[in-house]
Amino acid sequence: MPRVYNIRKGLNITLAGKAEKVFAKVDPSDLYAVKPVDFHGLIPRLQVKEGTDVKAGSVLFTDKNRPEIRFTSPVSGKVTAINRGERRVILEVVVKVDKKAEYETFRSGDPFTMTREEIIDNLLKSGLWPAFRQRPYNIIANPLDVPKSVFISAFDSAPLAPDYDFIIMGMEEDFQTGINVLSRLTSGKVHININEEYPASTAFSQAKHAQVNRFRGPHPSGNVGVQIQRIDPLNKGEIIWVLNVQEVVSIGRLFTSGKYDLSRVIALTGSEVKNPRYYKTTGCTSIHNFVHEAVTDGYHRYISGNVLTGTRIAPEGFIGFYDSQITVIPEGNHYEFLGWAMPGFNKYSVSRTFWSWLSPKREYIVDTNLHGGQRAFILTGLYEKVFPMDIYPMQLLKAIMAEDIDQMEKLGIYEIVEEDFALCEFIDPSKTEMQTLVRKGLDTMMREMS
Amino acid sequence: MRSLRRFIDKIKPQFQKGGKFEKLQSTFEGFETFLFVPDKVTSAGAHIRDSMDMKRTMIVVVIALLPALLFGMYNAGYQHFLATGEAGTFWQIFSYGFLRVFPLIVVSYVTGLTIEFIFAQIRGHEINEGFLVTGMLIPLVMPVDVPLWMVAVSTAFAVIIGKEVFGGTGMNILNPALTARAFLFFAYPAEMTGDKVWIAGMKEGTGILDGYTGSTALGELAQNISERIPADLNSFLGFIPGSVGETSKLAILIGAIILIYAGVGSWKIMLSVFAGGLLMGLIFNGFAANEYMALPAYKHFLMGGFAFGAVFMATDPVTASQTETGKWIYGLLTGMLAILIRVLNPAYPEGMMLAILLMNVFAPLIDYYVVESNVKKRLKRIRRSPAGNRKQTY
Repeated sequence: MPRVYNIRKGLNITLAGKAEKVFAKVDPSDLYAVKPVDFHGLIPRLQVKEGTDVKAGSVLFTDKNRPEIRFTSPVSGKVTAINRGERRVILEVVVKVDKKAEYETFRSGDPFTMTREEIIDNLLKSGLWPAFRQRPYNIIANPLDVPKSVFISAFDSAPLAPDYDFIIMGMEEDFQTGINVLSRLTSGKVHININEEYPASTAFSQAKHAQVNRFRGPHPSGNVGVQIQRIDPLNKGEIIWVLNVQEVVSIGRLFTSGKYDLSRVIALTGSEVKNPRYYKTTGCTSIHNFVHEAVTDGYHRYISGNVLTGTRIAPEGFIGFYDSQITVIPEGNHYEFLGWAMPGFNKYSVSRTFWSWLSPKREYIVDTNLHGGQRAFILTGLYEKVFPMDIYPMQLLKAIMAEDIDQMEKLGIYEIVEEDFALCEFIDPSKTEMQTLVRKGLDTMMREMS
Repeated sequence: MRSLRRFIDKIKPQFQKGGKFEKLQSTFEGFETFLFVPDKVTSAGAHIRDSMDMKRTMIVVVIALLPALLFGMYNAGYQHFLATGEAGTFWQIFSYGFLRVFPLIVVSYVTGLTIEFIFAQIRGHEINEGFLVTGMLIPLVMPVDVPLWMVAVSTAFAVIIGKEVFGGTGMNILNPALTARAFLFFAYPAEMTGDKVWIAGMKEGTGILDGYTGSTALGELAQNISERIPADLNSFLGFIPGSVGETSKLAILIGAIILIYAGVGSWKIMLSVFAGGLLMGLIFNGFAANEYMALPAYKHFLMGGFAFGAVFMATDPVTASQTETGKWIYGLLTGMLAILIRVLNPAYPEGMMLAILLMNVFAPLIDYYVVESNVKKRLKRIRRSPAGNRKQTY
């Protein structure tokens, strides 16, 4: 019986718009885009021009500093646009799909008969390597490292998050193959972490060549950083790799079929979606076909990912490489007369300063209003209530603000990434931009330690 | 509302950069955000945010202070009528007290907020809400007969020296309201201590009954007189002389419940302050060298500002310990020190103010050691791990 880890601190934000567990059908989009901005710190070097014909798995761009890391096209078609932002930063490399559906061929075979170098080479060439993210720093892993373990969180506890047990149906074998691949890459174990509170798919709970750990408790129990701290804490100088479930499936497919197959299940969620459902599609797709008739009228925010850690995208934008969720919530750009003094029966708050505590079970429609101005840290003890790590969050943030490298290291910056502070950021009455701060701290450390 | 909003939107450009009243931007913003929660949306990080902000937090504290304030007003009248021997209806008593206490509040808010606005303007910051609470606390810890100019001077001292020189709300070391009180306590002791200051009109002496002393239990105990301690029930309900807000333990209890239930005040600090007080009281009971030491420990909670300090002053999140473990230590020491000063130092009949201020100073030190233990744990883990001494490869 695997050990159960109890996460006591945390918060489940009850939002309206959870996806119903059925697959809806929609015409597949003909636009797909790989976004260099999804990969933090990446400086891309383009390998295609507008008009280049590509197959699924053809390289679009590489990492300028580590040219062996390739980013490949999820579909076969033609590069139609290279969208740039300020100072000509490449934002999106857009591929328009054609009818041919051609695939580049990569090596397939049993990972247990291949050497570690061959496996990594195959992953790099196919463009699946970016699925490997390393802790500390939350960046694409270095193929030359040997991580002390590999972590996969098989459940997402974030608000409205998709249910991996539902998603994984029919992909069990590919998942297991993916796990087999991962088990060849680490000097330690592959950890699959499942939610104790409901029966997990056997793909996770019966997985071979991996250790299954059970977690119980509110969000962020599904955050892999929290899981790492409980099972195999990260010390200075150590490296752990993490992957998402659907990326493991893609890796499995690569070694089974030799194709770069980014087929994904995504959940369309949020209070402004009329019928929140799941969709079978391909990663990096444009969200336009999914949302344009499926949302209510009004001014909305479209998020690739969940409301706490996702990325804002345009209604015709593209879902992020690591995301399997689209969230649509109302924008909150309106004034509220004496809002701070009103009883607030329908205002979500973790504190009981609004009368909404009278109805704890309710599902809330929360918009993007900041609900106040930025202040210095004033209240204490609040962040700790939703922060289940053995770290002092406010003290660490202050160390980051002061750019005190020594103190950051002492207080555990290697163990955290942006998403670990998302709940603190959500509840913060001082409205501090904590995830931005954490990223700044991680970047400082990366610069200083390299 | 719509027309008000339109009006604000119309005059707003004049207060923004390049406008006619550019220099009053912070002030304008202060009023605007007071009237309307801004339309600002999240731009980075989490897309949704909790509805609670600093304004809401502070207003909850002010609401929690209201029972103590209202009772304080009533008691100000009640004590006056008692001292003059007059009879009065409820409304006569309350309105007398109201007229005595309300000016204190007005002076405290006007002085403090003016200074806050000026500093926000100089710094180009938004107005901080912290003074909403401080401005209410200051009158509540003053004797009712304190001259208004003293309230103004002490408030100014507290806001400038106690808070703004450190960088404003959130950066201060000492509790601003207690800084104001301590300032008066040492600068004008005659107005802050003794037998005559606690009852409205007592100092002028007109109409006061012969032989009526306005002394508090603490004042008498400091001279080792324990015959005239009021009955427990009276002390609990608050029909005793004292600073405006501190007398009714019932009103303070209601405030404490609001603070704890809303999740704004730290129950850990409140509980540990009382535990510390009880512990010290019991230790003195063990010696019982004089009447004060022999006083039943629980009676300390019913006298003076102990309860008020524990609930509203020691819990100030900025000046208290900021770690959860630290809060227990901080509270316990505050409670113990308060009783220690009370019983052993006859020069200071009330020890709560000094105890809290002293612990405010030590709170960062407590936090330092608490955080340090977390750091040590982490270092220990590194030493245990095989990779601990390996050179980094990335």
